[in-house]
Amino acid sequence: MAGVLFASIEKNLQTQFILAEPGDTITIPEGLHLIRGTLSIEGKSDLVIRGKSIDQSILSFSNQDEGAQGISITNSINITLEGFTVQDTKGDAIKIQYTDGIIFRHVKAEWTGGPKKTNGAYGLYPVQCQNVLIENSVSIGASDAGIYVGQSNNIVVRYNTAYDNVAGIEIENSNNAEVYENHSYHNTGGILIFDLPDLVQKKGGNIRVFNNLVESNNLFNFAPPGNIVGKVIPGTGVLILACSNVHVYQNTILNNKSVGTGVVSYFMTEETIKDSLYNPYTADVHIYNNTFDRSPGLPELGYDIGKLLAVKYGRNTPDIIYDGMQDPENSAGLCIQNNDDARFTDLDIEHNFEEWYSPFISNFSEDMSPHNCGREHPLTSSVK
Amino acid sequence: MSRLLGKANYLALLPLLIALLFGGSPIKYAKPKLSDYGFFEGHMANHNPVPGVIPYDVSAKLFSDYALKSRFIALPKDQQLAYQKDGTFNFPQESVLIKTFYYPKNFRNSDQGSRLIETRLLINSPEGWVGFPYVWNFEQTEAYLEIAGKRLDVSFIDQAGQSIYFEYSVPNFNQCKGCHVNQNRMIPIGPKVRLLNHDFDYDDGKMNQLEKWNVLDMISGLPSVSSLPHTPDYNDLESGSIEERARALIDINCAHCHRLGAPGETSGLFLNIEETDPTRIGIHKPPVAAGRGSGNLDYTIVPQYPDQSIMIYRMESTDPGIMMPELGRKLVHKEGVELVKKWIQEMGK
Repeated sequence: MAGVLFASIEKNLQTQFILAEPGDTITIPEGLHLIRGTLSIEGKSDLVIRGKSIDQSILSFSNQDEGAQGISITNSINITLEGFTVQDTKGDAIKIQYTDGIIFRHVKAEWTGGPKKTNGAYGLYPVQCQNVLIENSVSIGASDAGIYVGQSNNIVVRYNTAYDNVAGIEIENSNNAEVYENHSYHNTGGILIFDLPDLVQKKGGNIRVFNNLVESNNLFNFAPPGNIVGKVIPGTGVLILACSNVHVYQNTILNNKSVGTGVVSYFMTEETIKDSLYNPYTADVHIYNNTFDRSPGLPELGYDIGKLLAVKYGRNTPDIIYDGMQDPENSAGLCIQNNDDARFTDLDIEHNFEEWYSPFISNFSEDMSPHNCGREHPLTSSVK
Repeated sequence: MSRLLGKANYLALLPLLIALLFGGSPIKYAKPKLSDYGFFEGHMANHNPVPGVIPYDVSAKLFSDYALKSRFIALPKDQQLAYQKDGTFNFPQESVLIKTFYYPKNFRNSDQGSRLIETRLLINSPEGWVGFPYVWNFEQTEAYLEIAGKRLDVSFIDQAGQSIYFEYSVPNFNQCKGCHVNQNRMIPIGPKVRLLNHDFDYDDGKMNQLEKWNVLDMISGLPSVSSLPHTPDYNDLESGSIEERARALIDINCAHCHRLGAPGETSGLFLNIEETDPTRIGIHKPPVAAGRGSGNLDYTIVPQYPDQSIMIYRMESTDPGIMMPELGRKLVHKEGVELVKKWIQEMGK
């Protein structure tokens, strides 16, 4: 690898980004390049930004003193990012906004000092975008989500690796997403599917999470307090929060010590809801044909839900945890089928949390039969 | 066969169409040097405008590391601004807004002279508004186009008599749009009715700027100025209540992004002066994507507790991963922070 090049390409790259014409390919040369300010692309179409390879072309922002992102792309059409790494940005690594057609391929976002709350929030971060593809990419060390797609539509996230993040992969307030064949491990939470209030795009849905390996997501939660992801309990595999029309199938979900798969309403966050258009419930969530395994051990005890599970279940926390808050306006409920011998509990938080001690004396329902939704899910599904 | 040919032709046209829509970078509308435009006569650094280039100022100003700013507007000959009911203007094509950033050597003694740093032009081109930064040379005789921005060492003596040294950043071409944006289109920020509706000291005496522009035949359709809104000058204690002044400061410094249709909308925080919903202004609003910008705090604004409010935390920071605004600031706007703190302290009392 070439030596460290101090800022020599920063102005050159930024100038190329400003002058680019449709069809151009802009090359990030081999080497470790120190960049001091956000590199931005605005209002461009049909560009390829390409490095030599994911490990050979590195943009390091360890001395960043200007701008909150490493790379910022806005108001663009058909942009491909390929074969480079963005390191140690002060804020988000690569943020894409108001863009139709964005591809990340063999791109790495990384904070090199390990998991720390001073790391930037998001690694690969398309928000308010259409037609998003993130593949064969890597995120390490994000203090919120490594691979995060928010308020976007038509999304494929596949063949990626995420570790040492708070959330490995997160899809938030987004529609038509396929998340498959990713490896999400050693995060606080492996794969999160969230709908949150007070956002411009209100509602997500039609989300498929399949054929992923989600293991050992037991990392301490290092999100700066105040952020919603800071409430995720370490030991979370897949978590579905306040979403509807979500299918989770054929995943291998291993050794996530607290919540292998959680299906919960926004009430679990204990935040007040002021957004009158927001739907805090889950509905139409399907969990089938997954493999769960978990070596005996206590859940994370620093969180209320962890204490509760430990009191009720000791070292054998159930694999699928539901808070029982079905959307009263939606007839499609939670559906659970063919997950080998996965264990289930319904916390029934509406009735079991009237007094602080009541959850400890209540019997949660471990009966999965109300969730055998009649419609058989096929044992193998068609992968596009 | 003919159908196929038709399709082939259509496809052949596609790149051209795309090039017409998006390509041909609007940088072609820029001239290489500031003097090429002929806005000023005599020694250019003195900024003596030629006829048709009119000086103006805005009541509430964006904080730019204590830089002072001279503003001018140049309309194409015999053309007018069209007054819009929402308090903005429709600008004729080829309108230019000129803004020079400069530092007095000593803020306590203007006799010691000033250093011009950069002049930004906003030009209403056939493709819409475009922004170009021009950086002044050391001799202060010329300013040159710098599309990729520039960093400059700047020093001055502040109002308290303290020497301040820092690295000033001239924004690049893209960063101009980062602030001047609405629904993907670039727009001017300053020249709005409510920011112009006050007296300006012209060579021939004081006059309300909108009235002056009207007299000069620069505006069409302007109602009586007494019926029009006015944003207070937040630095002027007499100009309004603490709340009015704080909202004016937040509007001009934050709302270009924190507004529906602008990049800060992802946060759900809307800071334009017209916003009245308490949650959208930030009161007891949890952060969405703030990351470490949250500073371990739960809400943007906690009434009566400025030190527990994320807004203050981010205004007081100069860490690029925390501070707000994200761009155009290397120093803390101490007086601005004090005003917003006071507003939060008094909230709900």
